[in-house]
Amino acid sequence: MGQVKSLADLRKIKENQQGKMSLREKSNNPESLVQVRVAMATCGIASGAKQVMDFFIEEFDKRNIQAVVTQTGCMGYCFAEPTVEVTLPGKEPVVFGYVDAKKADDIIEKYVKNGELVEGIIPVNYETIEKK
Amino acid sequence: MAKYKMHVLVCGGTGCHASQSDLLLDNLKTIVADKGLDNEVQVIATGCFGFCEKGPIVKIMPDNTFYTQVTPEDAREIIEEHLIKGRKVNRLLYVDPENQEHIADSKHMGFYKKQLRIALRNCGFIDPENIDEYIARDGYEAMAKCLTEMTPQQVIDVMKKSGLRGRGGGGFPTGLKWEITNRSVSDIKYVVCNADEGDPGAFMDRSILEGDPHSVIEAMAICGYCIGGEHGLVYIRAEYPLAINRLKIAIEQAREYGLLGKNILGSDFSFDIELRYGAGAFVCGEETALIHSMEGYRGEPTVKPPFPSVSGYFEKPTNVNNVETFANVPVIINKGAEWFSSIGSEKSKGTKVFALAGKINNVGLIEVPMGTTLREVIYEIGGGIKDGKKFKAVQTGGPSGGCLTEKHLDVPIDYDNLIASGSMMGSGGMIVMDEDDCMVSVAKFYLDFTVEESCGKCSPCRIGNKRLYEILDKITQGKGTREDIDRLRNLSTVIKDTALCGLGQTSPNPVLSTIDNFWDEYIEHVTDKKCRSGQCKALLQYFIDAENCVGCTACARNCPVNAIAGERKGIHVIDQTTCIKCGACMEKCKFNAVYIK
Repeated sequence: MGQVKSLADLRKIKENQQGKMSLREKSNNPESLVQVRVAMATCGIASGAKQVMDFFIEEFDKRNIQAVVTQTGCMGYCFAEPTVEVTLPGKEPVVFGYVDAKKADDIIEKYVKNGELVEGIIPVNYETIEKK
Repeated sequence: MAKYKMHVLVCGGTGCHASQSDLLLDNLKTIVADKGLDNEVQVIATGCFGFCEKGPIVKIMPDNTFYTQVTPEDAREIIEEHLIKGRKVNRLLYVDPENQEHIADSKHMGFYKKQLRIALRNCGFIDPENIDEYIARDGYEAMAKCLTEMTPQQVIDVMKKSGLRGRGGGGFPTGLKWEITNRSVSDIKYVVCNADEGDPGAFMDRSILEGDPHSVIEAMAICGYCIGGEHGLVYIRAEYPLAINRLKIAIEQAREYGLLGKNILGSDFSFDIELRYGAGAFVCGEETALIHSMEGYRGEPTVKPPFPSVSGYFEKPTNVNNVETFANVPVIINKGAEWFSSIGSEKSKGTKVFALAGKINNVGLIEVPMGTTLREVIYEIGGGIKDGKKFKAVQTGGPSGGCLTEKHLDVPIDYDNLIASGSMMGSGGMIVMDEDDCMVSVAKFYLDFTVEESCGKCSPCRIGNKRLYEILDKITQGKGTREDIDRLRNLSTVIKDTALCGLGQTSPNPVLSTIDNFWDEYIEHVTDKKCRSGQCKALLQYFIDAENCVGCTACARNCPVNAIAGERKGIHVIDQTTCIKCGACMEKCKFNAVYIK
C-alpha cells in the first residue's frame, strides 16, 4: 500500500476495508437487518447448504441488501434440506425448505424485497423454551 | 480473495493475555487452518473487551456470541461445535449471576447494557495492529477534516464547545489548554501524551493504547496542528510492554501511510511521534515531573506557573494531555461539539472510563456517560458485591481521592459532584470495599503508597505523609489515642495547604475522607481498641468457648507457636501473650468453639 496523499486516498482505504469489516459492524444490531440462518448440519451440508449460504452472502452483497447470514445447527426438517430461516426486521421468522440457488434467488427477490411469500414454507410446529 | 463468513475476535489485552489468550489465538488459527476454514473464518486479536473478570474473552461474529474464560484447550470445541456445526458451546457462555441463565449475546449482559463507549469505541472490535481496520471505523478522517477544511482556531473552538475536560484527573478544559499553548509564541512546541498511568487499580489508558493506539496518534496530530507543534512525545511506563509494542507498530504503520511525517495529506503540516519511557514513578504522572523525567532529570515537580503550556519540555510550550482525553478527540471532530456536549451532566460532558476493582463481581473496564450514579455502576454494571456481602465504601481517584459511602450511592458521578462529596474523579479507578474492610487500614494502605512514591523534594509531603502513616499504624496497632485523630486532621490540612505538587496536596484525602465518613470506626479503634472488620490483627483476641470445646486438641496441634494448652477431652485455653493471631485454630476447629473478640 502506498502513501495516503489526500482525503480521497484515505476514503478509498476506508471503503475497501469497510467491506471486510461489515460483518462485524452488522452484528452489532442484527435486529434491524434481514437475518438469514442456514441450517448446516450434516444433512444440510450434504444437500448443498454451504453453496446456498455462499449464494446468500454474495447476492445480498451484490444487490446491496443489508443482511446478516449465519449458520445454525440442524433445524429438524431433514426431509426438506437445505432449510433456511429468514427473519425480516420486526417480523416473525419464516422457514423455507428445499432451498437451492434458484429458490434462494426467489426468496431474496420476493420475500426479502417485497414481503411476498414464496412456496416451500415450512410451518413452525414447535414451541421453544424462550416462547414459554 | 477470501470471503469471510465469520469473525472470531479474541481479546489480546494484558489481562486476557496473562490468562494465555495468545496461546488460545494460536490454537484457533491452527485448527481453523487444519479444517480448511481459513477462507471462511477470520481469527483476530483485538484490544480489551472490558470484562476482565471473566477473561479470556472470545466473541464470534456475526451472531455476537460472547464466550468467557476460554482456555487454549477450548479452541477445538469452539471450532468443531460452533463454527462448523452452528451449536453454541453452552458451558463457555456467560451465566447471569441473578437467574443462572446462559447469555449468548453480549448485548443482553447487564455489564454492557448501560455502557456508552466513546473512548473505548474500538477496543475489542478492531485489530489494533492493523491501521486499515482503524481507518474503516472513520480513523484519521478527523485529522483529514482538520487539515483540509479547518483552521487551528476552528478546531480549538470545537474542542472548547464540546466541553471535554482532562480525563487524567484534573478536569481542566482541553480546548482551553490547547488555546493557551497555541497563543504561546515559540519556534518549537511539543504535544505530550501522558501515559504514565499510576493510580493503583486503574488501567484504562493501558487498554486504550493496547486496543486502539491509532486514536491517540490521530488526536496528538490534531493537537499538534492546533497548537502549531510538529513533535509528539508519548511518556509511557516501561511496565506496559504490550501497550508500547502496539503503539510502536501503530506509529510505524501511520508513517508508512504518510499519516505521520512530512506534509501530511498534502498539507504543509508535519508531525511525528516518539516514545519516552518512564520507570513507573507515581509522581511522574504530574505534568511538570513528567517533563523533567523526559528531559533526563529526576522526576520531580516544579512550582506552577509557569505552566507547561507556556514553558515545558526544554522550556518550550508543551501541551500535556492524558491518553483517554486524546481518545475522545477524533470522535468529537467527526460528530461535532453539539453531539458530544449532549452527553453527560451539566458541567462534565461526554463519558468516563472507570476501572472497577476490589470486592465487586464484574471486575473490568467500563465506560458510562457522566452523571451515571455510583449505584448504577456498582450494582447494575458491576454486578454488585462479591459473595453477597454488604457494600461499605468505594474509593475513587486512587491515592489522591477519597472514600464514598452508602449515602453517596445515588450521587451522579461527575468532576464537581465527586469533589463536593469529598473525593475526586482522578483517572477513574474505583476500588469497591465490603464489610470486611477496615477503613483505618485502607487509609494506611494509601498512605503507605504515597510515602513510597513521594519524590522527597518538599518537606510537607516527604515528612508529613510519613508522620500520617506512623499515626495510622499506631492506631491499627491498638496504641492510638483520641488526640491522634485530631493530630491526623491537623497534619492533613497542613500538608494539603503547603505541599508543592498535586501528589502531596491530595495525599491526605484518603485519611480525611475516611475520618469524615467512618468516624465511629476510628473512635472504636482508639477508645475500645476494637476493629469491627477484624482486619487489624493487633486488636483481635482469640478465645475458646468452654461450652463448645470438646477437647479434640485439633487447635493445639495446629497452633504454630504452641499457645494453646489443654488436656485431651478437656477444655482448651489460648495464652494471649504467646498468641500471634494467625487464626489457624479457628480454621481447624470443627465445633465453632474458637471466637474473636
